[in-house]
Amino acid sequence: MLKVLLARAHQKHRTVGFPKQPPVLPDRWRGRPQIDAAKCPDGCRVCADVCPTDAIRVEGRGVELDLGRCLFCPECERACPEGAIRFTAEHRLATSSRNALVLAEKEFQLAKALDEKSRRLFGRSLKLRQVSAGGCNGCEADVNVLTTVVFDLGRFGIQFVASPRHADGLLITGPVTQNMESALGQTYQAVPSPKLVIAVGACAISGGPYLGHAEQRNGVESVLPVDLYIPGCPPHPITILDGLLRLLGRLDSAC
Amino acid sequence: MKTGAASFIRNGDAVALAEIPGLDLDDFREQILQSCENNGRVMALFGQPGGADNVRLYVVLANDTEGQLTLCSTEVAARYPALTPACAQAHWFEREIAEQWGVLPEGHPWLKPIRFHHSCRPGHDAWNRSAETPLRPGVTDFFTMTGEEVHEVAVGPVHAGIIEPGHFRFQCHGEKVYHLEISLGYQHRGVERALVGGPNKRTIPYLETLAGDTTVGHTLAHCEAIEALAGCRVPARAQVLRAIAVELERLANHTGDLGALAGDVGYLPTASYCGRIRGDLLNLTALICGSRFGRGLVRPGGVLFDLDESRQSQLNERLEQARKDVTNAVNLLWDAPSVRSRFENAGPVSRATALELGLVGVAARASGIERDVRAQFPSGIYRFAQIPMSLYHTGTVFARAHVRWMEIQRSLAFIFDQLQGLPEGPVRAEIGPLASNRAVISLTEGWRGEICHVALTDPAGKFAHYKVVDPSFHNWMGLALALRNQQISDFPLCNKSFNLSYCGHDL
Repeated sequence: MLKVLLARAHQKHRTVGFPKQPPVLPDRWRGRPQIDAAKCPDGCRVCADVCPTDAIRVEGRGVELDLGRCLFCPECERACPEGAIRFTAEHRLATSSRNALVLAEKEFQLAKALDEKSRRLFGRSLKLRQVSAGGCNGCEADVNVLTTVVFDLGRFGIQFVASPRHADGLLITGPVTQNMESALGQTYQAVPSPKLVIAVGACAISGGPYLGHAEQRNGVESVLPVDLYIPGCPPHPITILDGLLRLLGRLDSAC
Repeated sequence: MKTGAASFIRNGDAVALAEIPGLDLDDFREQILQSCENNGRVMALFGQPGGADNVRLYVVLANDTEGQLTLCSTEVAARYPALTPACAQAHWFEREIAEQWGVLPEGHPWLKPIRFHHSCRPGHDAWNRSAETPLRPGVTDFFTMTGEEVHEVAVGPVHAGIIEPGHFRFQCHGEKVYHLEISLGYQHRGVERALVGGPNKRTIPYLETLAGDTTVGHTLAHCEAIEALAGCRVPARAQVLRAIAVELERLANHTGDLGALAGDVGYLPTASYCGRIRGDLLNLTALICGSRFGRGLVRPGGVLFDLDESRQSQLNERLEQARKDVTNAVNLLWDAPSVRSRFENAGPVSRATALELGLVGVAARASGIERDVRAQFPSGIYRFAQIPMSLYHTGTVFARAHVRWMEIQRSLAFIFDQLQGLPEGPVRAEIGPLASNRAVISLTEGWRGEICHVALTDPAGKFAHYKVVDPSFHNWMGLALALRNQQISDFPLCNKSFNLSYCGHDL
């Protein structure tokens, strides 16, 4: 017993200060990309050519980057001869619509909080069922860590539950493989209404690296309505947490 | 293709396709059976479209003690006599061949789909299903038991926790499991098929997400295959950084597994500490390359990120803290009699069974089998810096946990050692086009075990075929057998002690 207590003292209190304090992220972490199209040489499309998921579209002098497809790999940033595209440390990536994920000239629209009625229902207690539908276990792993002492999801009243019947919504990872489509549909049916659907990761939003494969459905949207999109490959746990809290209106407007 | 005795090749050697012995079917079978009787084993067995309407079967046989690999091939038409009745290790491979190429291994005792997709050769189906028949995953001819008070428990594909999908059928009498059958394929997303014709810009993302928790292991196996085919020499500094990343991946996953095992027997202190320390270790990979899973780090020719001096000392310091924390947390586990009594007799796999099934990785070493690519088929820096093999003999949950703990300590020592004398120089070499009409076998020891990639190039130097064997492919049957005569309530514990990959299997 003494050993257990001594170990407790050794391991210390390790829950992150987020969201009250800004998150601490690795300096090489690739957050929301920033494009300065003014720097682009005429006719250059190097970034679009190296992008593995064709997330980048160059038209005339405009460059669009679809975060829903982006794998946050370092290829475009490394290939750009002018430094026009770079990954920032911005961790806030979640949106309420698929279109909002397309970075262009316009301002990036972060996810909006649910309406008043839904927030009364889910705001202080949100139970989610996670479904992996073709995920590589990367998104699953970084969703799972939210339940560790570091992120301590329980302090926000959010919990992953074992049965869809106990859930207020689904958090889905993976491109929705053909072989998971029916199980995903049945799980969705088993969640009582009103219910939320959260798509986490490039696969769940667009098919990710598997985009266009006949064995999958190019993301959740093709089979279910989606309420929250959290891009990344995989998204950092802080990005996922930020998205969930944003949806529930649990972040100060300054965040 | 010439005929004759199979020749030996090494991990990471590119050989001309014309030099791979093309045997007749009887010699091919004999080669495999002989090898398996003489300390050999089946590392990979797969098909590829052959001449006329045939399928060419390739086998990679390994002799662990000699560190030698054998690659040979044969051609089969619509059917051939199955190897499985004489060589159990082939059973999952032959099911895969039947499903992918519509070739019937006659006499296979357990011939069912493993991924539930249509044959890659239209018009050929081992079960005579038409290409239009929709396939329903998990709907197959399960082994069942009958009798009074016998019951069946079906679990999945959607599980209670945050894990990947798979379907499990238990045949029970009371609490006791007599048989467990595992049906997978829910994560099948067509990766192997899509790799053909590469390398192209999607190739690396495919490899990095074959099994997302083994990004570094799989990407390294792939890059070493590419480098062999392109005749590229990887700078020493890059070789060391790659090995550090592989060992960090092992550390993070083993630590997470020990925490999860503690959680499965309700021992919460270690469960919560290890859950956190696993994240600390993932963050060290992120310190190197920005991604907790090592995405963007390993590339053909070397690595994309270097460790400057301040980063080296940061890595050293933070790893030392993680060492103290994980030692503290895991020792609690061994000191708790309630934990040991749950671990010690649960989920046994005997050495004989493990050998017969051809298990790899932690599961093999926990059953007393000396099998570790780093020691027996070393590549990169492992040729010069050895890591002692971690073995235990009981094959139980305790053994698999204990092997993980030994490996954690040895990986830590390895990384500290490597950081002491990081070679100077560049971290990436130029990579040219791939040689045409070559084959290469590339092996790495991922944290779950042996990762085997076999790449065959066409006359243009593109992938004519790319075979991936994740360690889970060998080991799922090991889990099924570990459950025999166990309490069904111990399934989560036994399952976690293997912690196999669904997506790495389903591809």
